[in-house]
Amino acid sequence: MEKWHLMATVVLIGLTVRWTVSLNSYSGAGKPPMFGDYEAQRHWQEITFNLPVEQWAKFINPDWIALHSSRGYESQAHKLFMRTTVLIADLLIYIPAVVLYCCCLKEISTKKKIANALCILLYPGLILIDYGHFQYNSVSLGFALWGVLGVSCDWDLLGSLAFCLAINYKQMELYHSLPFFCFLLGKCFKKGLKGKGFVLLIKLACTVVACFILCWLPFFTEREQLLQVLRRLFPVDRGLFEWIYRKMDKVANIWCSFSIFLKIKDILPRHIQIVISFCFTFLSLLPACIKLTLQPSPKGFRFTLVSCALSFFLFSFQVHEKSILLVSLPVCLVLSEIPFMSTWFLLVSTFSMLPLLLKDELLMPSVVTTMAFFIACAVSFSIFEKTSEEELQLKSFSISVRKYLPCFTFLPRIIQYLFLISVISMVLLTLITVTLEPPQKLPDLFSVLVCFVSCLNFLFFLVYFNIIIMWDSKNGRNQKKIN
Amino acid sequence: MRAAAREPSLRRLSPHAREPGCGSSWLRARGAAVMAALGFATGSGNWFSALALGVTLLKCLLIPTYHSTDFEVHRNWLAITHSLPISQWYYEATSEWTLDYPPFFAWFEYALSHVAKYFDQEMLNVHNLNYSSSRTLLFQRFSVIFTDVLFVYAVHECCKCVDGKKAGKELTEKPKFILSVLLLWNFGLLIVDHIHFQYNGFLFGLMLLSIARLFQKRHVEGALLFAVLLHFKHIYLYVAPAYGIYLLRSYCFTANKPDGSIRWNSFSFVRLTSLGLIVFLVSALSLGPFLALEIIMWCYPSPTVNPALMYVDPYKEFLNIYISKTLNNQHGLELKLLDPNKIPKASMTSGLVQQFQHTVLPSVTPLATLICTLMAILPSVFCLWFKPQGPRGFLRCLILCALSSFLFGWHVHEKAILLAVLPMSLLSVGKAGDASIFLILTTTGHYSLFPLLFTAPELPIKILLMLLFTIYSISSLKTLFRKEKPLFNWMETFYLLGLGPLEVFCEFVFPFTSWKLKYPFIPLLLTSVYCAVGITYAWFKLYVSVLTDPPVGKTKKQ
Repeated sequence: MEKWHLMATVVLIGLTVRWTVSLNSYSGAGKPPMFGDYEAQRHWQEITFNLPVEQWAKFINPDWIALHSSRGYESQAHKLFMRTTVLIADLLIYIPAVVLYCCCLKEISTKKKIANALCILLYPGLILIDYGHFQYNSVSLGFALWGVLGVSCDWDLLGSLAFCLAINYKQMELYHSLPFFCFLLGKCFKKGLKGKGFVLLIKLACTVVACFILCWLPFFTEREQLLQVLRRLFPVDRGLFEWIYRKMDKVANIWCSFSIFLKIKDILPRHIQIVISFCFTFLSLLPACIKLTLQPSPKGFRFTLVSCALSFFLFSFQVHEKSILLVSLPVCLVLSEIPFMSTWFLLVSTFSMLPLLLKDELLMPSVVTTMAFFIACAVSFSIFEKTSEEELQLKSFSISVRKYLPCFTFLPRIIQYLFLISVISMVLLTLITVTLEPPQKLPDLFSVLVCFVSCLNFLFFLVYFNIIIMWDSKNGRNQKKIN
Repeated sequence: MRAAAREPSLRRLSPHAREPGCGSSWLRARGAAVMAALGFATGSGNWFSALALGVTLLKCLLIPTYHSTDFEVHRNWLAITHSLPISQWYYEATSEWTLDYPPFFAWFEYALSHVAKYFDQEMLNVHNLNYSSSRTLLFQRFSVIFTDVLFVYAVHECCKCVDGKKAGKELTEKPKFILSVLLLWNFGLLIVDHIHFQYNGFLFGLMLLSIARLFQKRHVEGALLFAVLLHFKHIYLYVAPAYGIYLLRSYCFTANKPDGSIRWNSFSFVRLTSLGLIVFLVSALSLGPFLALEIIMWCYPSPTVNPALMYVDPYKEFLNIYISKTLNNQHGLELKLLDPNKIPKASMTSGLVQQFQHTVLPSVTPLATLICTLMAILPSVFCLWFKPQGPRGFLRCLILCALSSFLFGWHVHEKAILLAVLPMSLLSVGKAGDASIFLILTTTGHYSLFPLLFTAPELPIKILLMLLFTIYSISSLKTLFRKEKPLFNWMETFYLLGLGPLEVFCEFVFPFTSWKLKYPFIPLLLTSVYCAVGITYAWFKLYVSVLTDPPVGKTKKQ
């Protein structure tokens, strides 16, 4: 690559921003007895120390992982150690995947590729959660990205292997599993189920099964243990929205927003709640998945990833607000195709985590990184000049609507207005949340409002992405005709 | 060209405006206007504001990093100027960090303190030593970030002085773009101002602005700005000879003989008087009130003033900078280049200037350093007088003055290297030879700043930022001058690459060896010796190029 130095600059900027954010406080810093994710991860190190995986932690300081006495252990050196592990994991898994993905993009100039990498690396949501709040999302998302990369470049086995690792690292990656499944299945169909396609299918199945068996082998010794692991992973009894149990966390999904008007959890029994959420999720992601199976293409795959993850986030049973990162990752991948909408979505996704970030005292880095991301996107894609129908990928959709409604030409205008309204409401809500005290009767008023606004935005995006997916091939055919 | 790029987008919007029956037209017009305004504010054409905003945001991210004792110094000055009458400013000694910058800086702190009281009243109490609250931190950090606006403006003006003849097609290969990145994202300024904590940004802004004014032939303005700058911080006296000689030679003498030598009868007395008047007026404005108070106190000694302090002349320090007991403002770590034995053994954080007796080499007296500095400066000043090369020649002389004082001066702080690095950026985008000198000087100079940040959380930041700046500067200048001979020969490449192993040894290997307790100063010693080689080499190379370059009359128009 002739401009490697610019790429190196971009990666270094990303790393610098990550490390400076990590100097801020973390989730539950100095807040006994609950602490937060930071303590959770430390506690996991404490537990897994029994396995040889984390043995090297012993060499640094055995106090950090003493089994029971270390509860709530916090020190400057330990914080530094934990932050460094995140940075190293990020540097090894996520960042190379992003760089490689951007280099593999077709039909855009080198400069655009580098700009794209800068925007993806500056995405504030992931930085704030991993380096501020403290989690290792970049590992699972990085593996998923390697999976996307592999599958899109026709290294199907490597891709599915990487994706299996992602699932085994964090079960939330199941949000992405359906598009992977449909895309690979569609590929097999395309090659013909009787010949090459069948061989590929068998190979893929073997890879996946082998990978799972290897990862789960240590827990296979007893059936009871296996069930225990599964119960920990999918705690169905945690409730329709987690915030019943957690005092402050509000999730911008449809159930949480709906409960402002109607308390579902009081009206319906639990199993019906589960059935309803399952039906909604299934119905909302079905069209995109069918379409992908029938017409597998890398572009369709990326958009289906977005819409599936978004459906899961909006409708599924047990959601955490951080799960929006699983939607943001595929949106980052389509940043170069629909820069305006992707930037907008990524801004909303960061905003939806505002209550969580405020709780962790991360206001300053959140505002700064969001502005930096916005400027990077605005400058590298000049997003405000790309709001025509064609650049929003809505050309074929509006053509087909115009058959019935000839004056349907105001769509880009409407989207521009929606963008302005959405940004203004986000800025106002942030200002209000930061400056004003909520009224005594409704202590969670602002966080509920934040969730509600983000949920409306997400619903709009779900519709938009589904439209793009469903009208995609017509667009392609039209282009072929023109050519 | 920028307008042309935006036009299509407007045109794209306009067809809808003509369609009937789809909403009211004023709404559409306003929508288009808002989007166009947003596009203008952040559009691809406006790269300069994007760069400036980007670095400002990075500075905001650096707020929670470590800050040195300079933080307390400036807090104390805020307190002094806010709560004491003017006559006490330079006598107050509750804290060990007495006010020892010239009066304009005191007034600057006074102005800041009136904003500070809305953040936290407590920080303005003189007796509140080592006071630090989160609001104090925010205020102090933001005051540095806001005053940097002047620096950004100065960089903008400097970019106008660069000729865009060699401009490549791509934006990232234009000299203006490269220069603004080199100045705005300067590693040294970032870590000294926004991590270590000082107000160098707007001071260097003043200096760059005065240089830019001289480039734009607005000499009086340039002189005024520099005179003001001197009364902000007296360290800039280092480069005063270059200003004095240049203004005298190129401004007071209005014409040259055809061969470039001086035409004595073209001397303009009016111009000299105006320059003298400027310097006098600025000094009067700055020192006048204090001198007046001094005289009043002399005549009517008041009981509130400690009589023992009456005989201390606070101005001696910055008026006699080259002579002795100077540069007391240089708090922090003392690193004497060329004299490794002056390195303090355990005073990394102590901060106050200390006197050291050399153990191996003979001690250097202030007078000797003064003579050395003058000797080093003289040839460059002669060159400026006898071989005027326009503003570029002046800039070279200025850099040589700064470098000579850095190398030979008495009690020089490593931060003083910025005095040479920043003006050198201006030269670097003009000529391949200058670019190569700049890269050696900047890389070693910036590396010599590493010991300023010795805490573990800042270690990745300094390494990442240093890599960022070095990779960018080397690769972009290489691209800019790719048609000429390579920027480095094998020796220089080898030297620069050697900084990597040196850093690994000093920060990662040495702390785990048994020498750490016995010889804790070894990393500092290695760093300063290694960097001294590079800086001396750059100084030498620049001197050679200044002395051997043909006079400007034959090559360029003045």
